[in-house]
Amino acid sequence: MEDLVAYFTLIGFGPAGWGVPLARAASMTVAVSLSAFGVGIVFGMVGCWAKLSRSVVAHGAATVYTTVLRGVPDLLVIYLLYFGGSQAIGAIARAFGHQGFFGLNGFVVGMMAVGIISGAYQTEVLRGAYLAIPRGELEAARVAGMGRLLMLRRIIAPQILRFALPGMGNVWQLVLKESALISVVGLIEIMNQTRLAVGRTGAAFSFYITGAILFLLITTFSGAAFRRAEAWAMRGMGGRVRA
Amino acid sequence: MSKLASLAIAVVAVLPLAAAPALGKDWTTLKIATEGAYPPFNSVTPDGKVVGFEPELLDIVCERAKLKCETVIQEWKGIIPGLLAGKYDAIMSGMSVTPKRLEVIDFSIPYTNSPSTYAVLKSSPLLKALGEDKRVMLTDDAAAKASAAADSKALAGKVLAIQTATIQADFAKTYLPEVKTRVYETTQEEDLDLKAGRVDAIFASASSLVATLEQSKGEIVLAGPKYYGGLFGLGSAFGIQKGQPELKAKLDAAIKSCIDDGTIKKLAEKWFHVDTTPRQ
Amino acid sequence: MKQFDFLWDTFLQLLAGVPVTVSLVTVSVVLGGVLALGLTGIRRTSRPGEWVVSAYVFALRGSPLLVQIFLIYYGLGQIEWIRSSLLWPFLREPWWCAITALALNTAAYQAEVLRGGLNAVPKGAIEAARVCGMGRLMTFRRIVLPIAVRQALPAYTSEVVIMVKATSLASIITLFEITGIAHSIVSETFRAFEVLSLAGLIYLVMNFALTRAFRRLEIHLTPQSRSRPVERPVSKA
Repeated sequence: MEDLVAYFTLIGFGPAGWGVPLARAASMTVAVSLSAFGVGIVFGMVGCWAKLSRSVVAHGAATVYTTVLRGVPDLLVIYLLYFGGSQAIGAIARAFGHQGFFGLNGFVVGMMAVGIISGAYQTEVLRGAYLAIPRGELEAARVAGMGRLLMLRRIIAPQILRFALPGMGNVWQLVLKESALISVVGLIEIMNQTRLAVGRTGAAFSFYITGAILFLLITTFSGAAFRRAEAWAMRGMGGRVRA
Repeated sequence: MSKLASLAIAVVAVLPLAAAPALGKDWTTLKIATEGAYPPFNSVTPDGKVVGFEPELLDIVCERAKLKCETVIQEWKGIIPGLLAGKYDAIMSGMSVTPKRLEVIDFSIPYTNSPSTYAVLKSSPLLKALGEDKRVMLTDDAAAKASAAADSKALAGKVLAIQTATIQADFAKTYLPEVKTRVYETTQEEDLDLKAGRVDAIFASASSLVATLEQSKGEIVLAGPKYYGGLFGLGSAFGIQKGQPELKAKLDAAIKSCIDDGTIKKLAEKWFHVDTTPRQ
Repeated sequence: MKQFDFLWDTFLQLLAGVPVTVSLVTVSVVLGGVLALGLTGIRRTSRPGEWVVSAYVFALRGSPLLVQIFLIYYGLGQIEWIRSSLLWPFLREPWWCAITALALNTAAYQAEVLRGGLNAVPKGAIEAARVCGMGRLMTFRRIVLPIAVRQALPAYTSEVVIMVKATSLASIITLFEITGIAHSIVSETFRAFEVLSLAGLIYLVMNFALTRAFRRLEIHLTPQSRSRPVERPVSKA
């Protein structure tokens, strides 16, 4: 019983408690995950467009992108972007004649790294969603005289959203968990904060369990949010089976 | 294609920064990286402040060198690559001046020096087996090799913990090749595993072990000989990029004044309980 | 050329980590698979069983593997009664801790893959089998399992690829697999970009070979043409 009390003191919001830094770390995790997810959607859209395009170059480039980023461990990608990224930018900046440093801080690097990785998965999700749109609808739209932009806006985009939501939910989960890896570039999110706390107190079990619970809480809430979104996207479609 | 896109995005995002005053020969501000997990040199409090021997020394040095200093936290493993990539201007993280590091970066003059030694559980047989506390200079090759051989014998069949990318790791590789080692990311994780019994001894800087000893409340003690010099270098100093003589001059002058007027002695006694002013 | 010498030297050093990586993946996937089978069995037997397994799957899939690894390695190592138990000779070793964490994690994902596979078996096929007089075991062996495996194979392939990538996290608890060796080389040479890129390349090749092998298996098991995701008008001629 006293163990439980000790535990709550440790993670609580009192003076000896780590509640405040943990809460701050949790919001950092959510922030960087949301940003990375957004970046991933952008990359996913570009990649999906490239993969569906008739151009061999675009298709090839997109295939290389998805294969490489899904075949290399996330940890390595994050490190590579961290070290290589600022070196490249530094080089470009020096080419422009500017001295000094362009430090990309941990947040930006983490967001870009996880964004680029999740973009590879999003490419596949969006592509699958596009291919799931019944061909008949697209043909009918073209026959009805819709221009490409109108078709995109009225037919393709909403349908893609509907079919892609479950897959995007999975990618969100992925992004959330990858945010823990961003700890290696110094961002103080949940993983790093728990590691620091363990370093100072030695209470490894208590803090790592708390970290896991924090992630699970975020997962639960976002899972519920995604289910809501899926239900909204499927409104009016009744019991129609997804292709 | 995505890499190109990301580079393009990053360049565009960063161009506004390019308009900011470039840091050239006239050093007015300084971005310093520290691990934040190497007490008592540096550690981070729950509310995010960096405390320890180094942050206090940094305040004084920056004041004397007339620099506005900003501290960032950087994981130890990537601290030199980060400097080389230009993420910050200097490193202050218990980093020793060694020939290997001098190949890639420059250093200021050292501001502290401490030997490296072993730490074991008080109850461990290694406390006796590693022998008494004596000074061994690595520059005296014969004595160093003899001492290391004795250590290897004591550690036969045991596991030694070392931290990644440290001079202690280099020592273990060079002088204790037969001893089984485990490489850790942080000193705190070494301590956890020593207490758990996964490793039988830690080999680390005596100054950083001060924190371990305190936190363990006497359960962990120092053991064996204290090694100085040679590949252990001349002490810890600021790491800076090559080709920055003005910065080096500023830092050196400030450090020297701290050595001369006993500031370092005072801070060292506060944090390390012993005077670690580097010998000139 | 000096650069090439360095790259080649690094490459050879990194290769030394491949057996460790391979052993980590193989053992954890197999152990995880066995556990997943058990979980699936428990799931289908009882209501509380279903609840327990769902909770397990949720916890293991909803939290990062990194946290799980730290929890098992440092968290359990801190607990007194674990240190004096029979488990300690195993949990004392980083390799076994990594295997435990990886196996527990993949078991959760594999349980879901199996569930998807089993759900894909048409009820009609099972009913027909029972009507023909097949016992439960024979139905499982002849009808359910083959269909489930075929359905689950693509998802299983990606899970194994993910596990190969996951082994890189073992470097954080002192194991010298590919990523661990890469880090130690970086700490000596400070040439992060080249070393890490080479390591990435090795993983890429491994995953490529793995995917190819599984694809062969898929084709072998499904001689009929795979269904395309696009709807096609079915002619009932």
